[in-house]
Amino acid sequence: MVEEIGTTEQGDLVINVGPQHPATHGVLHLVITLNGETVKKVEPHLGYIHRSIEKMCESLSYRQFIYATSRMDYLSSHINNHGCALAVEKALQIEVPERAQVIRVLMDELTRIASHVLWWGAMAMDIGAFTPFFHAFREREMINDIMEETCGARLTMNYMVPGGVMFDLHPNFHRRVKEFIRQFHKKLPEYDELVTGNAIFKARTRGVGVLSKEDAISYGCSGPTARASGVDCDIRKLYPYEVYGKLQFEQPLATEGDTYARYLVRMHEMRQSLSIVEQLIDNIPEGEFQAKTKAVLKPPKGEFYSRVETARGEFGVYIVSEGGTTPYRIKYRSPGFSNLSALDHAVRGQKIGDLVAIMGSFDLVIPDIDR
Amino acid sequence: MTQAETTYTDRQPAKFPGLVHETPGGGILSGPLEDVVNWARSNSLWPLTFATSCCGIEMMSTAAAKYDFARFGFEVARATPRQADVIIIAGTIVNKMAPVLKRLYDQMADPKYVIAMGACAISGGPFFYNTYSVVKGADHVIPVDVYVAGCPPRPEALLHALITLQEKIRSGTRERIDIDGRNL
Repeated sequence: MVEEIGTTEQGDLVINVGPQHPATHGVLHLVITLNGETVKKVEPHLGYIHRSIEKMCESLSYRQFIYATSRMDYLSSHINNHGCALAVEKALQIEVPERAQVIRVLMDELTRIASHVLWWGAMAMDIGAFTPFFHAFREREMINDIMEETCGARLTMNYMVPGGVMFDLHPNFHRRVKEFIRQFHKKLPEYDELVTGNAIFKARTRGVGVLSKEDAISYGCSGPTARASGVDCDIRKLYPYEVYGKLQFEQPLATEGDTYARYLVRMHEMRQSLSIVEQLIDNIPEGEFQAKTKAVLKPPKGEFYSRVETARGEFGVYIVSEGGTTPYRIKYRSPGFSNLSALDHAVRGQKIGDLVAIMGSFDLVIPDIDR
Repeated sequence: MTQAETTYTDRQPAKFPGLVHETPGGGILSGPLEDVVNWARSNSLWPLTFATSCCGIEMMSTAAAKYDFARFGFEVARATPRQADVIIIAGTIVNKMAPVLKRLYDQMADPKYVIAMGACAISGGPFFYNTYSVVKGADHVIPVDVYVAGCPPRPEALLHALITLQEKIRSGTRERIDIDGRNL
Protein backbone atom coordinates (compact mmCIF):
# COMPACT_ATOMS: atom_id res chain seq x y z
CA MET A 1 0.00 0.00 0.00
CA VAL A 2 2.76 2.47 0.79
CA GLU A 3 5.79 1.08 -1.00
CA GLU A 4 5.83 3.73 -3.71
CA ILE A 5 5.21 6.64 -1.39
CA GLY A 6 7.97 9.24 -1.03
CA THR A 7 9.96 11.47 -3.33
CA THR A 8 11.19 10.47 -6.79
CA GLU A 9 14.66 11.24 -8.21
CA GLN A 10 13.23 14.25 -10.05
CA GLY A 11 11.98 15.67 -6.77
CA ASP A 12 8.33 14.85 -7.36
CA LEU A 13 6.15 13.81 -4.48
CA VAL A 14 4.35 10.48 -4.73
CA ILE A 15 1.26 10.14 -2.54
CA ASN A 16 -1.50 7.61 -2.00
CA VAL A 17 -5.16 8.47 -2.23
CA GLY A 18 -7.25 5.58 -0.99
CA PRO A 19 -8.13 2.77 -0.72
CA GLN A 20 -10.08 4.29 2.15
CA HIS A 21 -10.70 7.86 1.07
CA PRO A 22 -14.07 9.63 0.97
CA ALA A 23 -13.48 11.15 -2.46
CA THR A 24 -12.87 7.85 -4.21
CA HIS A 25 -16.49 6.77 -3.57
CA GLY A 26 -15.39 3.34 -2.49
CA VAL A 27 -12.07 1.60 -2.38
CA LEU A 28 -10.15 2.92 -5.35
CA HIS A 29 -6.45 3.39 -4.72
CA LEU A 30 -4.73 6.16 -6.66
CA VAL A 31 -0.96 6.67 -6.64
CA ILE A 32 -0.47 10.28 -7.59
CA THR A 33 2.81 11.89 -8.67
CA LEU A 34 2.81 15.57 -7.80
CA ASN A 35 5.06 18.43 -8.83
CA GLY A 36 4.20 20.96 -6.18
CA GLU A 37 0.44 21.07 -6.44
CA THR A 38 0.28 20.03 -10.08
CA VAL A 39 -0.61 16.45 -10.86
CA LYS A 40 1.92 14.77 -13.15
CA LYS A 41 0.54 11.27 -13.18
CA VAL A 42 -2.35 9.31 -11.68
CA GLU A 43 -2.06 5.56 -11.47
CA PRO A 44 -5.20 3.71 -10.35
CA HIS A 45 -4.61 0.48 -8.45
CA LEU A 46 -7.53 -1.89 -8.64
CA GLY A 47 -8.63 -5.07 -6.94
CA TYR A 48 -9.68 -3.85 -3.50
CA ILE A 49 -13.23 -4.99 -4.21
CA HIS A 50 -12.55 -7.69 -6.81
CA ARG A 51 -15.16 -10.31 -5.91
CA SER A 52 -14.53 -12.60 -8.92
CA ILE A 53 -18.11 -12.21 -10.13
CA GLU A 54 -17.26 -13.39 -13.65
CA LYS A 55 -15.73 -16.62 -12.37
CA MET A 56 -18.60 -17.09 -9.94
CA CYS A 57 -21.16 -16.78 -12.74
CA GLU A 58 -19.63 -19.78 -14.49
CA SER A 59 -20.98 -22.06 -11.78
CA LEU A 60 -24.45 -20.51 -11.62
CA SER A 61 -27.40 -21.31 -13.85
CA TYR A 62 -28.75 -18.88 -16.43
CA ARG A 63 -31.44 -17.77 -14.02
CA GLN A 64 -29.14 -17.43 -11.04
CA PHE A 65 -26.22 -15.51 -12.47
CA ILE A 66 -28.26 -12.35 -12.91
CA TYR A 67 -28.38 -11.61 -9.18
CA ALA A 68 -24.62 -11.16 -8.98
CA THR A 69 -24.77 -8.32 -11.51
CA SER A 70 -26.97 -6.17 -9.27
CA ARG A 71 -23.99 -6.07 -6.91
CA MET A 72 -21.65 -4.81 -9.61
CA ASP A 73 -23.01 -1.42 -10.53
CA TYR A 74 -25.40 -1.23 -7.61
CA LEU A 75 -26.62 2.23 -8.59
CA SER A 76 -28.04 0.93 -11.85
CA SER A 77 -28.79 -2.63 -10.80
CA HIS A 78 -31.97 -2.84 -12.87
CA ILE A 79 -30.06 -1.96 -16.02
CA ASN A 80 -27.33 -4.51 -15.28
CA ASN A 81 -29.95 -7.22 -14.79
CA HIS A 82 -31.59 -6.03 -17.98
CA GLY A 83 -28.39 -6.52 -19.98
CA CYS A 84 -27.99 -10.07 -18.70
CA ALA A 85 -31.63 -10.93 -19.31
CA LEU A 86 -31.31 -9.61 -22.88
CA ALA A 87 -28.26 -11.79 -23.53
CA VAL A 88 -30.01 -14.94 -22.29
CA GLU A 89 -33.13 -14.06 -24.29
CA LYS A 90 -31.01 -13.58 -27.38
CA ALA A 91 -29.43 -16.98 -26.87
CA LEU A 92 -32.76 -18.75 -26.35
CA GLN A 93 -34.71 -16.55 -28.80
CA ILE A 94 -37.35 -15.72 -26.22
CA GLU A 95 -39.94 -13.16 -27.25
CA VAL A 96 -40.58 -10.75 -24.39
CA PRO A 97 -44.23 -9.58 -23.99
CA GLU A 98 -44.77 -5.90 -24.62
CA ARG A 99 -45.97 -5.23 -21.10
CA ALA A 100 -42.72 -6.63 -19.73
CA GLN A 101 -40.73 -4.49 -22.17
CA VAL A 102 -42.47 -1.33 -21.04
CA ILE A 103 -42.06 -2.23 -17.35
CA ARG A 104 -38.35 -2.84 -17.95
CA VAL A 105 -37.84 0.50 -19.65
CA LEU A 106 -39.79 2.30 -16.93
CA MET A 107 -37.64 0.69 -14.24
CA ASP A 108 -34.44 1.43 -16.17
CA GLU A 109 -35.26 5.09 -16.46
CA LEU A 110 -36.31 5.42 -12.82
CA THR A 111 -33.02 3.77 -11.88
CA ARG A 112 -31.13 6.19 -14.11
CA ILE A 113 -32.77 9.14 -12.37
CA ALA A 114 -32.01 7.65 -8.94
CA SER A 115 -28.40 7.08 -9.92
CA HIS A 116 -27.90 10.56 -11.39
CA VAL A 117 -29.58 12.14 -8.39
CA LEU A 118 -27.18 10.38 -6.05
CA TRP A 119 -24.24 11.36 -8.26
CA TRP A 120 -25.41 14.97 -8.14
CA GLY A 121 -25.46 14.95 -4.35
CA ALA A 122 -22.14 13.14 -4.08
CA MET A 123 -20.35 15.35 -6.58
CA ALA A 124 -21.52 18.52 -4.89
CA MET A 125 -20.35 17.02 -1.60
CA ASP A 126 -16.92 16.29 -3.10
CA ILE A 127 -16.60 19.90 -4.13
CA GLY A 128 -17.58 21.06 -0.66
CA ALA A 129 -21.32 21.69 -0.72
CA PHE A 130 -23.01 19.42 1.78
CA THR A 131 -26.64 20.54 1.40
CA PRO A 132 -27.28 19.01 -2.08
CA PHE A 133 -26.63 15.57 -0.57
CA PHE A 134 -29.80 15.85 1.53
CA HIS A 135 -31.86 17.22 -1.34
CA ALA A 136 -30.68 14.38 -3.58
CA PHE A 137 -31.58 11.67 -1.10
CA ARG A 138 -35.06 13.10 -0.61
CA GLU A 139 -35.89 12.34 -4.27
CA ARG A 140 -33.93 9.12 -4.26
CA GLU A 141 -35.96 7.77 -1.38
CA MET A 142 -39.15 8.31 -3.40
CA ILE A 143 -37.77 6.11 -6.17
CA ASN A 144 -36.55 3.57 -3.63
CA ASP A 145 -40.07 3.33 -2.22
CA ILE A 146 -41.49 2.75 -5.70
CA MET A 147 -38.91 0.02 -6.33
CA GLU A 148 -39.47 -1.60 -3.00
CA GLU A 149 -43.20 -1.90 -3.53
CA THR A 150 -42.88 -3.65 -6.84
CA CYS A 151 -39.54 -5.48 -6.62
CA GLY A 152 -39.22 -6.08 -2.90
CA ALA A 153 -35.81 -4.47 -2.56
CA ARG A 154 -34.51 -0.95 -2.32
CA LEU A 155 -31.15 -1.34 -3.97
CA THR A 156 -30.35 -4.77 -5.37
CA MET A 157 -33.60 -5.67 -7.09
CA ASN A 158 -32.95 -8.76 -9.25
CA TYR A 159 -36.26 -7.93 -10.90
CA MET A 160 -35.47 -8.66 -14.54
CA VAL A 161 -35.48 -12.34 -15.38
CA PRO A 162 -35.06 -14.06 -18.75
CA GLY A 163 -38.44 -13.72 -20.43
CA GLY A 164 -39.70 -10.61 -18.70
CA VAL A 165 -39.91 -9.37 -15.13
CA MET A 166 -40.30 -11.35 -11.95
CA PHE A 167 -43.59 -9.90 -10.64
CA ASP A 168 -46.33 -7.72 -12.04
CA LEU A 169 -46.43 -4.06 -11.09
CA HIS A 170 -47.78 -3.17 -7.67
CA PRO A 171 -51.26 -1.54 -7.77
CA ASN A 172 -49.76 1.61 -6.26
CA PHE A 173 -47.05 1.88 -8.91
CA HIS A 174 -48.95 4.22 -11.25
CA ARG A 175 -49.98 6.62 -8.50
CA ARG A 176 -46.55 6.69 -6.89
CA VAL A 177 -44.73 7.33 -10.16
CA LYS A 178 -47.16 10.14 -11.00
CA GLU A 179 -46.46 11.63 -7.60
CA PHE A 180 -42.74 11.34 -8.20
CA ILE A 181 -42.99 13.00 -11.63
CA ARG A 182 -44.86 15.92 -10.09
CA GLN A 183 -42.36 16.27 -7.28
CA PHE A 184 -39.29 15.93 -9.50
CA HIS A 185 -40.56 18.58 -11.95
CA LYS A 186 -40.73 20.96 -9.04
CA LYS A 187 -37.35 20.01 -7.61
CA LEU A 188 -35.19 20.01 -10.74
CA PRO A 189 -35.13 23.83 -11.01
CA GLU A 190 -34.18 23.82 -7.33
CA TYR A 191 -31.17 21.64 -8.16
CA ASP A 192 -30.11 24.12 -10.81
CA GLU A 193 -30.54 26.99 -8.41
CA LEU A 194 -28.44 25.27 -5.78
CA VAL A 195 -25.51 24.05 -7.86
CA THR A 196 -25.67 24.62 -11.62
CA GLY A 197 -25.59 28.40 -11.53
CA ASN A 198 -23.36 28.61 -8.49
CA ALA A 199 -20.31 30.81 -9.14
CA ILE A 200 -17.98 28.73 -6.96
CA PHE A 201 -19.13 25.53 -8.61
CA LYS A 202 -18.53 27.00 -12.05
CA ALA A 203 -15.08 28.22 -11.07
CA ARG A 204 -14.18 24.77 -9.77
CA THR A 205 -15.42 22.89 -12.84
CA ARG A 206 -15.24 25.03 -15.98
CA GLY A 207 -12.23 24.18 -18.15
CA VAL A 208 -11.10 21.60 -15.60
CA GLY A 209 -10.24 18.06 -16.66
CA VAL A 210 -10.82 18.51 -20.38
CA LEU A 211 -11.18 15.30 -22.36
CA SER A 212 -11.17 15.79 -26.13
CA LYS A 213 -13.45 13.83 -28.44
CA GLU A 214 -10.52 11.83 -29.85
CA ASP A 215 -9.26 10.92 -26.38
CA ALA A 216 -12.71 9.92 -25.18
CA ILE A 217 -13.02 7.56 -28.16
CA SER A 218 -9.52 6.14 -27.87
CA TYR A 219 -9.92 5.41 -24.15
CA GLY A 220 -13.23 3.68 -24.83
CA CYS A 221 -15.27 6.07 -22.70
CA SER A 222 -19.01 5.77 -22.87
CA GLY A 223 -22.09 7.24 -21.29
CA PRO A 224 -22.31 10.82 -20.10
CA THR A 225 -18.51 11.00 -19.75
CA ALA A 226 -18.08 10.50 -23.50
CA ARG A 227 -21.17 12.45 -24.48
CA ALA A 228 -19.80 15.52 -22.71
CA SER A 229 -16.89 15.34 -25.17
CA GLY A 230 -19.25 15.18 -28.12
CA VAL A 231 -19.17 11.42 -28.76
CA ASP A 232 -22.50 10.15 -30.01
CA CYS A 233 -22.64 6.88 -28.06
CA ASP A 234 -26.07 6.34 -26.51
CA ILE A 235 -26.91 2.65 -26.95
CA ARG A 236 -30.59 3.46 -26.53
CA LYS A 237 -30.37 5.56 -29.71
CA LEU A 238 -27.79 3.65 -31.73
CA TYR A 239 -28.93 0.08 -31.06
CA PRO A 240 -32.44 0.46 -29.61
CA TYR A 241 -33.58 -2.41 -27.43
CA GLU A 242 -37.06 -3.06 -25.99
CA VAL A 243 -39.34 -0.11 -26.73
CA TYR A 244 -36.66 2.59 -26.88
CA GLY A 245 -37.01 2.80 -30.67
CA LYS A 246 -40.60 4.08 -30.33
CA LEU A 247 -39.86 6.74 -27.73
CA GLN A 248 -39.21 10.42 -28.17
CA PHE A 249 -36.10 11.51 -26.30
CA GLU A 250 -32.93 13.44 -26.90
CA GLN A 251 -29.38 12.40 -26.40
CA PRO A 252 -27.73 15.31 -24.61
CA LEU A 253 -24.36 16.18 -26.11
CA ALA A 254 -21.77 18.76 -25.21
CA THR A 255 -18.53 19.67 -26.93
CA GLU A 256 -16.40 21.19 -24.18
CA GLY A 257 -15.45 17.90 -22.55
CA ASP A 258 -14.70 19.54 -19.20
CA THR A 259 -16.09 18.74 -15.77
CA TYR A 260 -18.88 21.27 -16.13
CA ALA A 261 -19.96 19.75 -19.45
CA ARG A 262 -20.12 16.29 -17.86
CA TYR A 263 -22.22 17.80 -15.10
CA LEU A 264 -24.62 19.47 -17.54
CA VAL A 265 -25.00 16.33 -19.65
CA ARG A 266 -26.06 14.33 -16.60
CA MET A 267 -28.47 17.02 -15.48
CA HIS A 268 -30.00 17.04 -18.93
CA GLU A 269 -30.20 13.25 -18.95
CA MET A 270 -32.35 13.33 -15.83
CA ARG A 271 -34.87 15.47 -17.70
CA GLN A 272 -34.82 13.10 -20.66
CA SER A 273 -35.35 10.07 -18.42
CA LEU A 274 -38.22 11.85 -16.73
CA SER A 275 -39.81 12.51 -20.12
CA ILE A 276 -39.46 8.81 -21.02
CA VAL A 277 -41.19 7.85 -17.76
CA GLU A 278 -43.94 10.38 -18.53
CA GLN A 279 -44.44 8.93 -22.01
CA LEU A 280 -44.73 5.37 -20.73
CA ILE A 281 -46.54 5.61 -17.41
CA ASP A 282 -49.99 6.10 -18.95
CA ASN A 283 -49.38 3.65 -21.77
CA ILE A 284 -48.47 0.40 -20.04
CA PRO A 285 -50.08 -2.27 -22.23
CA GLU A 286 -52.13 -5.07 -20.72
CA GLY A 287 -50.95 -8.64 -21.00
CA GLU A 288 -48.38 -11.01 -19.60
CA PHE A 289 -45.47 -9.69 -17.62
CA GLN A 290 -43.34 -12.75 -18.31
CA ALA A 291 -43.01 -15.03 -21.31
CA LYS A 292 -43.41 -18.75 -20.76
CA THR A 293 -39.97 -20.26 -20.41
CA LYS A 294 -38.64 -23.66 -19.51
CA ALA A 295 -37.70 -24.29 -15.90
CA VAL A 296 -34.10 -25.04 -16.83
CA LEU A 297 -32.62 -22.77 -19.44
CA LYS A 298 -30.18 -24.37 -21.86
CA PRO A 299 -28.99 -21.99 -24.56
CA PRO A 300 -27.49 -23.58 -27.67
CA LYS A 301 -23.74 -23.74 -28.19
CA GLY A 302 -22.40 -20.38 -29.27
CA GLU A 303 -21.47 -16.85 -28.25
CA PHE A 304 -23.99 -14.17 -27.39
CA TYR A 305 -23.55 -10.49 -26.71
CA SER A 306 -25.96 -7.83 -25.54
CA ARG A 307 -25.43 -4.22 -24.65
CA VAL A 308 -27.44 -1.73 -22.65
CA GLU A 309 -26.95 1.87 -21.60
CA THR A 310 -26.51 2.11 -17.83
CA ALA A 311 -26.32 5.38 -15.94
CA ARG A 312 -22.55 5.28 -16.48
CA GLY A 313 -22.31 4.14 -20.07
CA GLU A 314 -22.28 1.02 -22.17
CA PHE A 315 -22.66 -2.24 -20.29
CA GLY A 316 -21.98 -5.34 -22.34
CA VAL A 317 -22.64 -8.98 -21.47
CA TYR A 318 -20.77 -11.62 -23.42
CA ILE A 319 -21.84 -15.21 -22.85
CA VAL A 320 -20.06 -18.26 -24.19
CA SER A 321 -22.35 -21.26 -24.04
CA GLU A 322 -21.39 -24.91 -24.43
CA GLY A 323 -25.01 -25.97 -24.45
CA GLY A 324 -25.12 -26.80 -20.74
CA THR A 325 -27.12 -25.38 -17.88
CA THR A 326 -24.33 -23.02 -16.80
CA PRO A 327 -22.39 -20.61 -18.98
CA TYR A 328 -18.88 -21.63 -20.03
CA ARG A 329 -17.59 -18.08 -19.72
CA ILE A 330 -19.12 -14.70 -18.97
CA LYS A 331 -17.42 -11.41 -19.64
CA TYR A 332 -18.85 -8.10 -18.55
CA ARG A 333 -17.88 -4.93 -20.30
CA SER A 334 -18.39 -2.40 -17.55
CA PRO A 335 -18.50 1.30 -18.34
CA GLY A 336 -16.61 2.35 -15.22
CA PHE A 337 -13.42 0.52 -16.14
CA SER A 338 -12.97 2.32 -19.45
CA ASN A 339 -14.01 5.66 -18.02
CA LEU A 340 -11.47 5.27 -15.23
CA SER A 341 -8.68 4.69 -17.75
CA ALA A 342 -9.29 8.19 -19.12
CA LEU A 343 -8.90 9.72 -15.65
CA ASP A 344 -5.10 9.94 -15.87
CA HIS A 345 -5.36 11.83 -19.14
CA ALA A 346 -7.98 14.25 -17.82
CA VAL A 347 -6.16 15.00 -14.57
CA ARG A 348 -2.59 15.53 -15.85
CA GLY A 349 -1.51 19.14 -15.51
CA GLN A 350 -4.40 20.00 -13.18
CA LYS A 351 -4.12 20.90 -9.52
CA ILE A 352 -4.54 18.22 -6.87
CA GLY A 353 -7.72 19.90 -5.62
CA ASP A 354 -9.28 19.52 -9.06
CA LEU A 355 -8.71 15.77 -8.99
CA VAL A 356 -11.65 15.32 -6.65
CA ALA A 357 -13.95 17.38 -8.88
CA ILE A 358 -12.86 15.49 -12.00
CA MET A 359 -13.31 12.10 -10.34
CA GLY A 360 -16.74 13.17 -9.14
CA SER A 361 -17.76 14.07 -12.67
CA PHE A 362 -16.66 10.64 -13.98
CA ASP A 363 -19.20 9.05 -11.62
CA LEU A 364 -17.18 5.95 -10.84
CA VAL A 365 -18.66 2.97 -9.03
CA ILE A 366 -15.74 0.86 -7.88
CA PRO A 367 -17.37 -2.61 -7.70
CA ASP A 368 -18.38 -2.00 -11.30
CA ILE A 369 -14.72 -1.49 -12.20
CA ASP A 370 -13.29 -4.38 -10.20
CA ARG A 371 -16.23 -6.77 -10.59
CA MET B 1 -40.98 -5.13 34.38
CA THR B 2 -37.92 -7.29 34.64
CA GLN B 3 -34.98 -7.10 32.32
CA ALA B 4 -35.96 -10.33 30.60
CA GLU B 5 -39.42 -9.02 29.74
CA THR B 6 -38.42 -5.77 28.10
CA THR B 7 -38.76 -5.86 24.37
CA TYR B 8 -37.31 -3.67 21.70
CA THR B 9 -40.51 -1.68 21.26
CA ASP B 10 -40.92 -0.53 24.85
CA ARG B 11 -37.28 0.24 25.40
CA GLN B 12 -36.91 3.70 26.92
CA PRO B 13 -34.38 6.32 25.86
CA ALA B 14 -31.17 6.09 27.84
CA LYS B 15 -31.47 7.76 31.22
CA PHE B 16 -28.56 9.35 32.94
CA PRO B 17 -26.97 6.71 35.15
CA GLY B 18 -26.68 7.33 38.87
CA LEU B 19 -28.58 9.54 41.25
CA VAL B 20 -28.82 13.29 41.31
CA HIS B 21 -29.31 14.83 44.75
CA GLU B 22 -30.75 18.28 44.36
CA THR B 23 -29.08 20.92 46.49
CA PRO B 24 -29.68 24.67 46.52
CA GLY B 25 -27.79 26.15 43.60
CA GLY B 26 -26.92 22.83 41.93
CA GLY B 27 -26.79 19.16 42.68
CA ILE B 28 -24.64 16.28 43.75
CA LEU B 29 -24.23 13.32 41.50
CA SER B 30 -23.60 9.88 42.81
CA GLY B 31 -22.99 6.75 40.84
CA PRO B 32 -20.19 4.61 39.43
CA LEU B 33 -17.87 6.64 37.21
CA GLU B 34 -17.71 3.78 34.74
CA ASP B 35 -21.45 4.02 34.08
CA VAL B 36 -21.25 7.74 33.47
CA VAL B 37 -18.34 7.28 31.07
CA ASN B 38 -20.14 4.52 29.19
CA TRP B 39 -23.30 6.63 29.02
CA ALA B 40 -21.33 9.52 27.56
CA ARG B 41 -19.51 7.29 25.08
CA SER B 42 -22.66 5.62 23.84
CA ASN B 43 -24.30 8.91 22.94
CA SER B 44 -21.50 10.27 20.81
CA LEU B 45 -20.23 7.59 18.46
CA TRP B 46 -18.51 8.90 15.38
CA PRO B 47 -18.51 6.47 12.48
CA LEU B 48 -15.69 6.12 9.98
CA THR B 49 -16.73 6.64 6.37
CA PHE B 50 -15.79 3.19 5.24
CA ALA B 51 -17.85 1.72 2.44
CA THR B 52 -16.60 -0.88 0.03
CA SER B 53 -19.75 -1.67 -1.92
CA CYS B 54 -23.55 -1.65 -2.10
CA CYS B 55 -24.18 -1.34 1.66
CA GLY B 56 -22.39 1.99 1.53
CA ILE B 57 -25.34 3.46 -0.37
CA GLU B 58 -27.75 2.29 2.34
CA MET B 59 -25.38 3.76 4.92
CA MET B 60 -25.59 7.06 3.03
CA SER B 61 -29.38 6.74 3.04
CA THR B 62 -29.25 6.27 6.80
CA ALA B 63 -27.19 9.40 7.11
CA ALA B 64 -29.53 11.41 4.88
CA ALA B 65 -32.59 13.32 5.93
CA LYS B 66 -35.24 10.59 5.92
CA TYR B 67 -33.55 8.24 8.40
CA ASP B 68 -30.94 10.59 9.85
CA PHE B 69 -28.70 8.69 12.26
CA ALA B 70 -27.59 12.01 13.70
CA ARG B 71 -30.69 11.75 15.90
CA PHE B 72 -28.93 9.05 17.88
CA GLY B 73 -25.53 10.67 18.15
CA PHE B 74 -23.83 9.36 15.02
CA GLU B 75 -23.63 12.89 13.81
CA VAL B 76 -20.15 13.26 12.44
CA ALA B 77 -18.88 10.77 9.89
CA ARG B 78 -15.10 10.98 9.97
CA ALA B 79 -12.84 10.26 7.04
CA THR B 80 -9.84 9.42 9.17
CA PRO B 81 -9.78 6.42 11.52
CA ARG B 82 -7.88 8.43 14.14
CA GLN B 83 -11.01 10.47 14.88
CA ALA B 84 -13.58 7.70 14.59
CA ASP B 85 -15.12 5.47 17.27
CA VAL B 86 -16.95 2.92 15.18
CA ILE B 87 -16.29 1.26 11.84
CA ILE B 88 -19.41 0.28 9.93
CA ILE B 89 -18.07 -2.36 7.55
CA ALA B 90 -20.44 -1.65 4.69
CA GLY B 91 -19.68 -4.14 1.99
CA THR B 92 -17.56 -7.06 0.91
CA ILE B 93 -14.05 -7.47 2.25
CA VAL B 94 -11.79 -9.16 -0.27
CA ASN B 95 -8.32 -10.59 0.32
CA LYS B 96 -6.59 -7.47 -0.96
CA MET B 97 -8.69 -5.22 1.25
CA ALA B 98 -8.30 -7.28 4.45
CA PRO B 99 -4.86 -5.88 5.45
CA VAL B 100 -6.16 -2.36 4.81
CA LEU B 101 -9.16 -2.97 7.08
CA LYS B 102 -6.88 -4.34 9.79
CA ARG B 103 -4.68 -1.28 9.46
CA LEU B 104 -7.63 1.08 9.70
CA TYR B 105 -8.81 -0.71 12.83
CA ASP B 106 -5.34 -0.52 14.37
CA GLN B 107 -5.19 3.21 13.69
CA MET B 108 -8.39 3.88 15.64
CA ALA B 109 -8.06 5.01 19.22
CA ASP B 110 -9.56 2.87 22.00
CA PRO B 111 -12.40 2.31 22.76
CA LYS B 112 -13.35 1.22 19.27
CA TYR B 113 -16.36 -0.65 17.98
CA VAL B 114 -17.17 -2.52 14.81
CA ILE B 115 -20.49 -3.12 13.08
CA ALA B 116 -20.60 -5.70 10.29
CA MET B 117 -23.25 -4.42 7.93
CA GLY B 118 -24.79 -6.80 5.44
CA ALA B 119 -24.36 -10.40 4.41
CA CYS B 120 -20.91 -9.87 2.86
CA ALA B 121 -19.37 -8.47 6.02
CA ILE B 122 -21.01 -11.20 8.13
CA SER B 123 -20.07 -14.25 6.09
CA GLY B 124 -19.21 -13.38 2.50
CA GLY B 125 -22.93 -13.41 1.73
CA PRO B 126 -23.76 -13.94 -1.93
CA PHE B 127 -20.04 -14.35 -2.56
CA PHE B 128 -19.61 -17.25 -0.17
CA TYR B 129 -19.50 -19.98 -2.79
CA ASN B 130 -17.40 -20.21 -5.93
CA THR B 131 -15.22 -17.18 -5.37
CA TYR B 132 -11.49 -17.12 -4.85
CA SER B 133 -11.04 -13.61 -3.52
CA VAL B 134 -13.67 -12.88 -0.87
CA VAL B 135 -12.99 -12.98 2.89
CA LYS B 136 -15.80 -15.08 4.35
CA GLY B 137 -16.76 -12.64 7.04
CA ALA B 138 -15.03 -9.54 8.32
CA ASP B 139 -14.66 -11.14 11.77
CA HIS B 140 -11.79 -13.16 10.32
CA VAL B 141 -9.88 -9.87 10.21
CA ILE B 142 -11.11 -7.72 13.10
CA PRO B 143 -13.44 -8.38 16.05
CA VAL B 144 -17.06 -7.46 15.37
CA ASP B 145 -19.52 -6.12 17.98
CA VAL B 146 -22.81 -6.03 16.11
CA TYR B 147 -23.95 -7.89 13.00
CA VAL B 148 -26.74 -6.59 10.74
CA ALA B 149 -28.34 -9.04 8.35
CA GLY B 150 -29.56 -8.09 4.90
CA CYS B 151 -28.29 -7.69 1.38
CA PRO B 152 -28.19 -4.78 1.81
CA PRO B 153 -29.86 -4.13 5.19
CA ARG B 154 -32.57 -1.50 5.26
CA PRO B 155 -31.66 1.81 6.88
CA GLU B 156 -33.94 0.90 9.79
CA ALA B 157 -31.90 -2.25 10.33
CA LEU B 158 -28.69 -0.24 10.47
CA LEU B 159 -30.32 2.19 12.91
CA HIS B 160 -31.29 -0.77 15.07
CA ALA B 161 -27.73 -2.03 14.95
CA LEU B 162 -26.43 1.35 16.02
CA ILE B 163 -28.88 1.50 18.92
CA THR B 164 -27.95 -2.04 19.90
CA LEU B 165 -24.31 -0.99 19.95
CA GLN B 166 -25.22 1.89 22.25
CA GLU B 167 -26.97 -0.52 24.61
CA LYS B 168 -23.95 -2.74 24.54
CA ILE B 169 -21.63 0.11 25.45
CA ARG B 170 -23.95 1.26 28.24
CA SER B 171 -24.12 -2.24 29.66
CA GLY B 172 -20.36 -2.04 30.08
CA THR B 173 -19.70 -5.48 28.68
CA ARG B 174 -18.34 -6.61 25.39
CA GLU B 175 -20.35 -9.81 25.64
CA ARG B 176 -22.77 -10.95 23.00
CA ILE B 177 -26.29 -9.62 23.44
CA ASP B 178 -29.41 -10.54 21.52
CA ILE B 179 -31.97 -8.37 19.79
CA ASP B 180 -33.71 -7.37 23.04
CA GLY B 181 -30.53 -6.47 24.84
CA ARG B 182 -30.24 -9.70 26.86
CA ASN B 183 -26.91 -11.31 27.40
CA LEU B 184 -26.47 -14.55 25.53
